[in-house]
Amino acid sequence: MDKYINAPLSKEDAAGLRAGDYVYINGTIYTARDAAHKRMYEALERGEKLPMDMESNIIYYMGPSPAREGRPIGSAGPTTASRMDKYAPSLLDLGLRGMIGKGKRSQAVIDGITRNGAVYFAAVGGAGAILSKAIKSSEVIAYDDLGTEAIRKLEVENFPVVVVIDSLGNNLYETAVEQYRK
Amino acid sequence: MRTISCEEITAAVKEMCYEACHYLTPDMKEALVKARETEESPVGKQILSQLEENLEIAGADQIPICQDTGMAVLFVKIGQDVHIEGGLLEDAINKGVSLGYTDGYLRKSVVKCPIDRVNTKDNTPAVIHYQVVAGDKLHLTLAPKGFGSENMSRVFMLKPADGVEGIKNAILTAVKDAGPNACPPMVVGVGVGGTFEKCAIMAKEALTRPVNQHSDIPYIKDMEIELLEKINASGIGPGGLGGTTTAFAVNINTYPTHIAGLPVAVNICCHVNRHSVREL
Repeated sequence: MDKYINAPLSKEDAAGLRAGDYVYINGTIYTARDAAHKRMYEALERGEKLPMDMESNIIYYMGPSPAREGRPIGSAGPTTASRMDKYAPSLLDLGLRGMIGKGKRSQAVIDGITRNGAVYFAAVGGAGAILSKAIKSSEVIAYDDLGTEAIRKLEVENFPVVVVIDSLGNNLYETAVEQYRK
Repeated sequence: MRTISCEEITAAVKEMCYEACHYLTPDMKEALVKARETEESPVGKQILSQLEENLEIAGADQIPICQDTGMAVLFVKIGQDVHIEGGLLEDAINKGVSLGYTDGYLRKSVVKCPIDRVNTKDNTPAVIHYQVVAGDKLHLTLAPKGFGSENMSRVFMLKPADGVEGIKNAILTAVKDAGPNACPPMVVGVGVGGTFEKCAIMAKEALTRPVNQHSDIPYIKDMEIELLEKINASGIGPGGLGGTTTAFAVNINTYPTHIAGLPVAVNICCHVNRHSVREL
């Protein structure tokens, strides 16, 4: 089912999403991948504040290619989410409402999703050119020295994703594959 | 003896980096179109259409097909009657990679040391495999390799008693474990035989063989066909969201091995199976 949601994502909107829904995201999302997650995690361990508030926000696991002049961003598709599994449960407990990536998640992340009413979305991996068209602006807000791995604030319009794990723990990767196994 | 200048090599490599990250080879495009026509899952079909559109946008607007423009892997076949002039071949190649990734707005994804992980900021060094061959030509194949799929690749040191079934199981296990992480539809490069490192390099090189071209060895060709059918019956599908297109091809290369061993390497590539070829 096609749905349109706003980001930041309210708890109510997140609860209404089901695994398999085709969703278009509008609003503000943030990027972070391996190195930024490691830094955020270490900041939390030291009791420091994070560079962005997690509450109701969506993190896109993505490190773009450089933008050409006059464009907001370069190629911008999802990276493999499981590399962030070590860090995601802590962020979910701080109110992170959505994650966009590709690939499987650990049981600890799935538990974090259901415990907090969050959602895991997949964007189409390897479709960075087409996905970049849905990103209207991009601004580095933290960890600038990490280059492509810096935390970016993105404004997106109808950014296309699929709900893979919903707030009830339904997992599209398991159910959909079963359907076409011969 | 024929002389080839380092400048010429650098210029070719620079161009190849750019080309490979923006345009796929015709066999990959054909495979994508064919898969979109035969895919049984509606979601799978939609994803394959998106990938086709993604390729068009990449070419028309000069946006890399995928943001992970990879680590540059090169297969260099150097004729033994070639003389390289003006510096070291390796430096000439790395200069080409540096220029290609910097001037070409490609992502710099290489860290200098795997432990402290500081980015080299120009995507160097490349991983270069050299082979000395007959003749006076320099043959370059550049394959920028993304790590979503690279991370799902495996080496299995099987026993001779494991036989053909063992090889097939190893390949199917690697593909099943890779699932949605490797950005299916995948291309599966396999190296069977040789030693620990030889099978891995063969698996990587197998990815540069066109997806519509089988092994010359009849029983290997049969195995490629059988495994592709089995992989496409796994249900994984485009994007791992279910469907009948999980791989475009299984390319198997072989090499003599030891009486005590049966090494099998499975190098998985995503649907952005990039390579560019030049002969100087």
